[in-house]
Amino acid sequence: MTDSAHIPPQGSLVAAQAPSRRRGKASRLWRDLRKAPASAWFGLIVIAVYVFTSIFAPLLAPYSETELVGGAFDPWGGQFLLGTDQLGRDMLSRLIYGARNTVGIAFLTTMLSFVLGGALGLMAAISGGWIDQMLSRTVDVLMSIPQLIFALVLLSILGPSVLNLIVIMAVLDATRVFRLSRSVAQGVVVMDYVEAARLRGEKLPWIMRREILPNIMPPLVAEFGLRFCFVFLTISALSFLGLGIQPPTADWGSMVRDNAALITYGDITPLLPAGAIALLTVSVNFVVDWFLHKTSGLRE
Amino acid sequence: MNPVLRTVLQRLGLGIATLFVVSIIISLTIEMLPGDFAKAILGQSATPETVAAFQREVGLDRSPVVRYVEWVGGIVRGDFGESYASAGSLAGHRRLVSEMIAPRLLNTLFLAGAAAMIAVPLSLFLGIMAALYRNSYFDRAVNVVSLTSISSPEFFLAYILIMFLAVKFPIFVSLASITPGMSLGDRLYAIMLPTLTLVLVIVAHMMRMTRAAIINLLASPYIEMSRLKGVKPLQIILRHALPNAWAPIANVIALNLAYLVVGVVVVEVVFTYPGIGQLMVDAVSKRDLPVVQGCALVFAATYILLNLLADVVTIVSNPRLLHPR
Amino acid sequence: MSEQLEKLKLAEKLVGRGKVSRRQFVQLAMAAGLTAATGELMFTKAARAEPKKGGSAKFGLAHGATTDSLDPAGYPDTGTQIPFAGAMSNNLTIVDADGNIHPDLAESFEPGKDAATWIFKIRNGVTFHNGKSVTPEDVIGSFQHHMGPDSKSAAKSLLADVTEIKADGKDKVVFTLGGANADFPYVASEYHIPIMPVVDGKADWQSGVRTGAYVYGEYEPGVRAHLTRNPNYYGTAWFDDVEFLTIADVTARTAALTAGQVHWISRADLKTLNLLKRDPNVNIDEVQGLGHYTFPMHVDAAPFDNADVRTALKYAVNRQDIVDKVFLGHATPGNDNPIAPLVKFAIDPEPKHTYDPEKAKFHLKKAGMENLKVDLSVADAAFNGAVDAAVLYQQHAKACGIDINVVREPNDGYWDNVWLKKAWCASYWGGRPTCDWMFTTTYAKGAAWNETNFAHPRFNELLVQGRAETDEKKRAAIYAEMQQLQHDEGGGLVLVFNNYVDASSKKLAHGKIAGNWEGDGFKIAERWWFA
Repeated sequence: MTDSAHIPPQGSLVAAQAPSRRRGKASRLWRDLRKAPASAWFGLIVIAVYVFTSIFAPLLAPYSETELVGGAFDPWGGQFLLGTDQLGRDMLSRLIYGARNTVGIAFLTTMLSFVLGGALGLMAAISGGWIDQMLSRTVDVLMSIPQLIFALVLLSILGPSVLNLIVIMAVLDATRVFRLSRSVAQGVVVMDYVEAARLRGEKLPWIMRREILPNIMPPLVAEFGLRFCFVFLTISALSFLGLGIQPPTADWGSMVRDNAALITYGDITPLLPAGAIALLTVSVNFVVDWFLHKTSGLRE
Repeated sequence: MNPVLRTVLQRLGLGIATLFVVSIIISLTIEMLPGDFAKAILGQSATPETVAAFQREVGLDRSPVVRYVEWVGGIVRGDFGESYASAGSLAGHRRLVSEMIAPRLLNTLFLAGAAAMIAVPLSLFLGIMAALYRNSYFDRAVNVVSLTSISSPEFFLAYILIMFLAVKFPIFVSLASITPGMSLGDRLYAIMLPTLTLVLVIVAHMMRMTRAAIINLLASPYIEMSRLKGVKPLQIILRHALPNAWAPIANVIALNLAYLVVGVVVVEVVFTYPGIGQLMVDAVSKRDLPVVQGCALVFAATYILLNLLADVVTIVSNPRLLHPR
Repeated sequence: MSEQLEKLKLAEKLVGRGKVSRRQFVQLAMAAGLTAATGELMFTKAARAEPKKGGSAKFGLAHGATTDSLDPAGYPDTGTQIPFAGAMSNNLTIVDADGNIHPDLAESFEPGKDAATWIFKIRNGVTFHNGKSVTPEDVIGSFQHHMGPDSKSAAKSLLADVTEIKADGKDKVVFTLGGANADFPYVASEYHIPIMPVVDGKADWQSGVRTGAYVYGEYEPGVRAHLTRNPNYYGTAWFDDVEFLTIADVTARTAALTAGQVHWISRADLKTLNLLKRDPNVNIDEVQGLGHYTFPMHVDAAPFDNADVRTALKYAVNRQDIVDKVFLGHATPGNDNPIAPLVKFAIDPEPKHTYDPEKAKFHLKKAGMENLKVDLSVADAAFNGAVDAAVLYQQHAKACGIDINVVREPNDGYWDNVWLKKAWCASYWGGRPTCDWMFTTTYAKGAAWNETNFAHPRFNELLVQGRAETDEKKRAAIYAEMQQLQHDEGGGLVLVFNNYVDASSKKLAHGKIAGNWEGDGFKIAERWWFA
């Protein structure tokens, strides 16, 4: 596995950052990577491990995620490295499959919400006028309904399937992205160079891509890092209220919920899925920080 | 007209329209949920007869449109209606939605206020410091700690706090029960753990946005200029970067404040705090539409006002928006 | 020496009433030849055993919603049942910890010439909390609150058979029923039917004025209820005041108990029960209840219309495995008899339905099938763990050539859209204190909640006979036959009987805990005391 293979999102963002340069993307990326600080490397490696785990989960996991292989709450060590859960399913296998389910769902949801919310936000900021008004008002309406409760109601109506979960969370999350990208873009839209492009008669998509997107990227990327982990939290909050990812599918959010009570007795088992979420969050944000630093143009 | 004033007036007008649309959406979704109040209350013990009697009494036998129009009529007169749960009671025992919501809303605002008082200054401070000492160990440490806290589910943070601060070392209480007639000090003591939980949940988001917004500006020519002039780094951030970074920061703060009012149902459940979020979840599960509507309106209004505030900050902090050509 | 022991025994009794000090007692114990340490222990035990007044007790309840009210037509869960039905109110009769019926607000009750009329005599000199005496009119109004076409009470169908209630003199109420019912006094103990004062011809539930051990104080629906001791109570109540808190989240409930913020919690977390047991200040109280979880099959829908298919399915489930894994051992495997062992006239039918793939295959073959594919509709709304239980059942049945397709239904509207509608689903019964009551609500032909569409002529004939029969032996025989019929031919696959697992602070003491309802038969506030 090469380094460039497991970071497609970052790669594309970096490319968008400096479209004027004509050098090969891969070699540029490699040059950047070599100069990356240790924290960014740490983040990239952790993300690589997660991606690897989720792709090859069936090969890595000793048991299946749903099979009952042992007694309830078998201790750590021996046949089951991390013990078993309430029904006697292997904890390690569920953690590994959890990577696939959780990371996959979180990534899809976040991407969908950023594509949707980011594009609409930019459109609203640049076009202004009635398009802005219409989009902003629609988003206002959606955002002014409590997100968690709204998601709960919509899931009750549509049924708690994984696809519904992704779409509902993405649409509700996209409203946040819309707000942010529109407000940041508003600051850029009034800049002279945008006006100049407009006067030159450039088309809207061109202005969006070439003039505005590069200049609003940093806050959006910072937001991406956080939104990404908020998806885990929404899933676990939904399962706290009874409607998350449905068992027996393993996902970290629900696994924290299922075992959370143990923590009040000093048992660290629930820390495993929670720690898995935290580690990924920290790693993603390390990479984001590196990107922010790089794009800020600061030399020190 | 002054652009700020114009925005405010325009937004307030639009806000009312938003509330109207929200109420329609809420009505539609609650109607689309399976079952109704009568069936939800009676549960397994429902028979067609008792359900019918219930529906007659509550008025659920009439069409949703008629009920909605009546409800809107009441709202225009300032009457939020009464909960379905008060059906059949004698005069003087009606359960007005406004009377159900008011104390809960005060509780929620109290908790949100306490959390915001700690979280907002703290996150601004940490954000500025992290931007100042960027990439130092301080920056990294603040980052990792806040990211870890933000990436743990709220109830999990709550349980950990309960274990350490209420069970192992009984400094605070795990049940945030607020009773009428409690002194302010007692109240603050009772809500200490939920407040801390919320602070942990929202600090990271605001802190990171502050840091990112400031760093984003540090490469601007005018900052380079002042740097060349020999202005101290802290001065650069406070006097030059921060004023231009307010727009995204204010946005994130507004979002998080709205979250404190609107989205804390899980924390309310864990600490059994009688806030408005739990009221709404209860009402949704029982299909008590008037109460759901009342809560939704309160939430929507909160959100609209906070948002308006953020927009005003955006305009004021950007001279080009403040004085359009 | 024996004289010393006699003295010690007497002292033990006096300790409970606070008449003997610890020092005096230990001296007596040593005189009787015991060590000081044993004496100390005996003193503590004796001091606990005898109830005494005082203290503010706090109870953490698993239920409660903002839509709750004082109206006994509702009382959907323990959030209202324990404080209002249990602590604040009385019924005409009450069921004790052993399942026997006793007069409560009534002084006595007796059947008329047959069991189709029942005469209840109201306890002499009983008053409501506001000082008004309890009259026959109050009793009549309290029952009528649940009757009539506009009633939305959950007890409506229960009282459908009551044709007339009238007063007889100053202290007697006569109930006339549509047919004989030897178990009517049990009906009068139903928690939905507490006695309330009648104001302007209607039962006044709004004021919270009742007759019970505790007087209505503050109430915030779905949050807390605070009641104070009724000084004029005809029974006994030990606590000075009681507070009921709704703590829906089980971890928060447990933490509240271990941190000493409440003294008792309902529904302890089974997953962490072993860890909670280690807490030196906590007692775990477990009693078997009447409630049971079932997978009812419609006996008139294919393939369940074949009795052998039903029997095959009954042998194809490993109930012990479900008890162990889903209920973590805190339940009792069922034997396809919906009558709990605790109930009078209950039997344990033969042959026992335990997991037996061979017998399952045998019955399947008898029904002319090699293998079977069926849908089982479940949701955790039916009972907590229904989905897990169904998934385990699916695995057990595989070995019997039965392919169960577990269909996950949404929790919302489960009772409305799935239960009684799907041919095979999951269901829960809170349990009824008599055979007749359970069978009449759930298995009688045409019953509104007949979840198996069971319409067995012999069964229905026996049901009517049993109701009119007052001879205990004959009744026992009738109910035994009915239970056997259910076991052999019924569509109700009774999975397990639930246990009520509660946890309490060691500061509290109590007698034998009743299992007819949660929280010592809802009467925890009246029956328990501070040791």
